[in-house]
Amino acid sequence: MSEQILFKVTVDGITIEVPAGTTILQAARQIGGEVAPPAMCYYSKLKGSGGKCRTCLVEVSKGSEKDPRPMPKLVASCRTTVMDGMEVKNITSEKVIDARAGVVEFLLLNHPLDCPICDQAGECHLQDLSFEHGKAKTRFEFQKRTFKKHDLGENIQLHMTRCILCYRCVFTADQLTNKRVHGILDRGDHAEIATHIEKSLDNEFIGNVIDVCPVGALTDKTFRFKNRVWFLKPMDAHRDCPTCNGRVTLWNRGDEVYRVTARKDEWGEIEDTPDGKPGWICNTCRFDKKDAKDWVIEGPRAISRASVISQGHYAGNVGTTIPTETFKAVNGGRTPHLLMDIHDESEVNQQNIHLGQIQGPSHGDTFNKIENAS
Amino acid sequence: MQALTNKAQAVNRKPMTFWERLYLINIIKGMMITFSHMFKKQPTIRYPEEKREFSPVFRGLHVLNRDEEGRERCTACGLCAVACPAEAITMEAAERVEGEENLYREEKYAAKYEINMLRCIFCGLCEDACPKDAIYLSETFAPANFTRKGFIYGKPDLLIPNPKTEAGAFAEAKGVEA
Repeated sequence: MSEQILFKVTVDGITIEVPAGTTILQAARQIGGEVAPPAMCYYSKLKGSGGKCRTCLVEVSKGSEKDPRPMPKLVASCRTTVMDGMEVKNITSEKVIDARAGVVEFLLLNHPLDCPICDQAGECHLQDLSFEHGKAKTRFEFQKRTFKKHDLGENIQLHMTRCILCYRCVFTADQLTNKRVHGILDRGDHAEIATHIEKSLDNEFIGNVIDVCPVGALTDKTFRFKNRVWFLKPMDAHRDCPTCNGRVTLWNRGDEVYRVTARKDEWGEIEDTPDGKPGWICNTCRFDKKDAKDWVIEGPRAISRASVISQGHYAGNVGTTIPTETFKAVNGGRTPHLLMDIHDESEVNQQNIHLGQIQGPSHGDTFNKIENAS
Repeated sequence: MQALTNKAQAVNRKPMTFWERLYLINIIKGMMITFSHMFKKQPTIRYPEEKREFSPVFRGLHVLNRDEEGRERCTACGLCAVACPAEAITMEAAERVEGEENLYREEKYAAKYEINMLRCIFCGLCEDACPKDAIYLSETFAPANFTRKGFIYGKPDLLIPNPKTEAGAFAEAKGVEA
């Protein structure tokens, strides 16, 4: 192969050399940190994604070395490739910040803002985006567009009201599975993700649409309403899976597996496996292996300190290994006199109930049954 | 030794005089202070019979609120639990099924909701965190109890009476407007 042509590009005053054909977004991500524009629809592991949500808009203040004129309008950085000597302004540009606030307002026009109910809360890209780039108030004063929630297959719940039409799930289904049965129906305000005539999706890899969904539109039904993500313990684990690579993140409570997802990198995208392929996981791993015995646990997953998920997680092995009790040893074999064992009295997190093992969300009678049985 | 400040006073080691040794004057002085308090205004009140007025920002026992139609407002979003500095709040959520729309306001609700009053420090951060106006700190104390078990408050203890079916109890629980 001939020598790769490297282009010099400056994003927010930081210069980096990238191969020709790289998009501005990818170049900014190589610099990392705040310089990287947010992306709701672009997904580097999916071909053809991007260009729809407009959150990654940047200002190009100098087109290239040969043609230094600035680009007349803000450009979508996920779809614009770099030129030699290009200068890009992201967070240093007033125009970009203003435009992004506008985009967030548009994305939230029809979004129900039901974060207290939504299972995605805490790891939702739209939450992060509106927190970082949005305004506190909306000027929208009409009825929000609503849809009935429905099931895509038996394990995936679709809340169309929360959807921002990023098309990531459509690309996933298109590129990962042999036959796509869901897509976007209707146009404009009526556009919705749907399966044709309620056809269910049954494909070994269709569960990945949950991971690519930037909002809570596609959620895991086996985890539905079980717990909030920030009360769970993300653990890296793997298993020998015949269909996929089997490298996942387990979301545990105690030793109970509440949820299984693919491992995600700092951009919220699925991590690559050591052989360089995206680490998509199969439905069996995701929905059916909810027993800690099925997995080889590697250790706690590193979570960004800025994330609410990192609350209550401490450095080292805290929470992953049971500390040795020293009381008996130093008190001549005497056990401490406990005034109350919380599990005798508390009805929450009972030791004989395994919520992670229930297939769907729990209902009132789930708890009543347990109460009657005990 | 050099004194650090000039405030130090040397101890008076002079032997006491006869009158001082009698302690009579000092006792009378002390008793005068004691008896003078009998004529002052009492700072204490007789608690169970008499009650002190609460400050409008008083933070007492928690209540789980209902809306006008008597439906529970809590959706078990976990924000109170994550805001709680004492980690006193725990909950388990469930999905509302058809026919329960008159009981719960949203499609998800707290099937179990517990506050460990032994842990609670009544800081009111749960109230601040709640996006659904579901938890409030009322103007009552957490009552004393002989066992620790009595301090694990579940939903039956915390939930405000239904304004539709138990209007009297609801009004009583709500108390007088501050």
